[in-house]
Amino acid sequence: MSHTPMERIARATPAPMARKVRGLSDRAIAWIFVAPSIFLLLAVNIFPLIWTIRLSFTNYKVNRPNRDVEFIGLRNYERILTDPDVWATMQATAHFLIWTIVFQVLIGFTLAFLINKKFKGNDMWTTIIVFPMMLSPAVVGNFWTFLYQPQIGLFNYAIGFLTGADPSSFSMIGDVNLAPWAIVIADTWMWTPFVMLICLAGLRSIPDSIYEAAECDRASKWRQFWTITIPMALPFLMLAVLFRGIENFKMFDLVVQLTGGGPGNTTTLTSIDLKREAFEKWRTGYSSAYAVILFVTVFGLASIYVKALNKVKER
Amino acid sequence: MSFSVTEPSNRTKWFAGTAVVLYAIITLLPLMWIIATGFKSPADSISYPPKVVFEPTLEGYVNLFTQRTRMSEDDLAALPPAQTWYEEMVREQGQVISGPSRYGERFLNSVIIGFGSTILCMVLGTAAAYAFSRFRVPLKDDLLFFILSTRMMPPIAVAIPIFLMFRQLGLNDTHLGMILLYTAVNLSLSVWLLKGFIDEIPIEYEEAALIDGYTRFQAFYKVVLPQAATGIASTAIFCLIFAWNEYAFAVLLTSGTAQTAPPFIPTIIGVGGKDWPAVAAGATIFLVPVMVFTILLRKHLLRGITFGAVRK
Repeated sequence: MSHTPMERIARATPAPMARKVRGLSDRAIAWIFVAPSIFLLLAVNIFPLIWTIRLSFTNYKVNRPNRDVEFIGLRNYERILTDPDVWATMQATAHFLIWTIVFQVLIGFTLAFLINKKFKGNDMWTTIIVFPMMLSPAVVGNFWTFLYQPQIGLFNYAIGFLTGADPSSFSMIGDVNLAPWAIVIADTWMWTPFVMLICLAGLRSIPDSIYEAAECDRASKWRQFWTITIPMALPFLMLAVLFRGIENFKMFDLVVQLTGGGPGNTTTLTSIDLKREAFEKWRTGYSSAYAVILFVTVFGLASIYVKALNKVKER
Repeated sequence: MSFSVTEPSNRTKWFAGTAVVLYAIITLLPLMWIIATGFKSPADSISYPPKVVFEPTLEGYVNLFTQRTRMSEDDLAALPPAQTWYEEMVREQGQVISGPSRYGERFLNSVIIGFGSTILCMVLGTAAAYAFSRFRVPLKDDLLFFILSTRMMPPIAVAIPIFLMFRQLGLNDTHLGMILLYTAVNLSLSVWLLKGFIDEIPIEYEEAALIDGYTRFQAFYKVVLPQAATGIASTAIFCLIFAWNEYAFAVLLTSGTAQTAPPFIPTIIGVGGKDWPAVAAGATIFLVPVMVFTILLRKHLLRGITFGAVRK
């Protein structure tokens, strides 16, 4: 830094003169430029976070502002972690998380692999495939309930057409066994392009020369795929999984519009449960503790995962 | 074209192309269905088997923008003749228009909040990104960590204290509150993306400008900003799409005056049962602009969705 011409001129000029020539000092400009952003982030991100942590140790309820707020220590945390309903929502979330990732990685990677064959018009088709993930999940989720209608829904009709089953004989969002799959299908439809885009970037980053060398050594295509393509695309694939994992752990809009958490509690993901506790039962202290637990969980899992990712990258 | 061992054969290309196009068609079906349903009559929309060929009508769009009440045939016959084509259309269903629906308002709210937060975010974000890119600023290295950690928090969890804070400040259900909130949510991502774009502009340009007697401000304004224009534009579109699509905060923090379209569209119901053509019409008007933006954005899509972790 210190040997750029700019810096040399700056050092050679006496301070008062420099200010006259160049206006404010760099330091002042840096602060003027950064301060408003920092302020907003502190006010809307950091401050609420600290407030949540504080509330999580109390029995505060928003709808009863006149009640004395008591500090009850870790009792909220204890209650949440011993509640079987909370563990049930965790299980529903895990089911959703694992299967969406499995499907999205398989389909997304296959698509990226095919698009990377550079057929004519592949750019245009890539853009078209990306459409679903850019749209509002709530609006789209709401419309999927229409597609899933028994009898009149397009999805049920298509399944009936392909398997010969009666389209009105099953209800994707009304059936306890099918509802968890209904949300997996809708999410996979929406977010497969995301995994595809990242995988495509990974595949395109592999230099042709490696394949040429492998070809000279008479490695089969199959072998090239497993020893070159997969290992070199792996960091990208893992990054895609990280993003999808974080996003789907906090999934709310799509699923709440699609099933509302039902039938029963079969699709009540943690975010939906949290919304009920915080904004329907108004148990503010309890739900703050819930929020902290969720945050620590994602944060912990993501940190471990990022470490693994870095190890793969180093290889 | 020269022969290359890594160039796929024509047969491979043909197979790959067919498979991808097939997938694209299947994946687009739900979207096509939304657009088509918007032009169906309510009876056509719920027919079995689902109708692919139908007589298009604007009933869904008329129902979307109006509030209607049912009337008996005698009362309808007693009314003076309909003034407009849409009034006539509503009367054919045995209803009369009683006023405009709330969709227009909600859509306008989405526009105001979306553009308001995007503009604010770009003003703050570009300045901060420039400082992060060109000066030694504390917290610089923590930025990416900060972005990721704010994104790990479920929105509902953040909404609890924000709800309390907004209630104290009188910002609940106001445009200003939503603009500030969306700006803050988008800010860390935009600073990070913009920093990446500004990092790519050679520092020599500014040095030349400074030596020519520009102040730092002038150099930023006249040299860096024009160079970063495409980067700023694509970051802005990302912010706009986020604010446009956002649902969780909107449904919890707004109810009347500042409610945006995503929480509103699912609540559209017709006279007697869910009016799917109207819902589809509302969704179409809301979703199509985003598709257009996606096409504009295609070159920078990857960078935006991965927070700059992957650049093409």
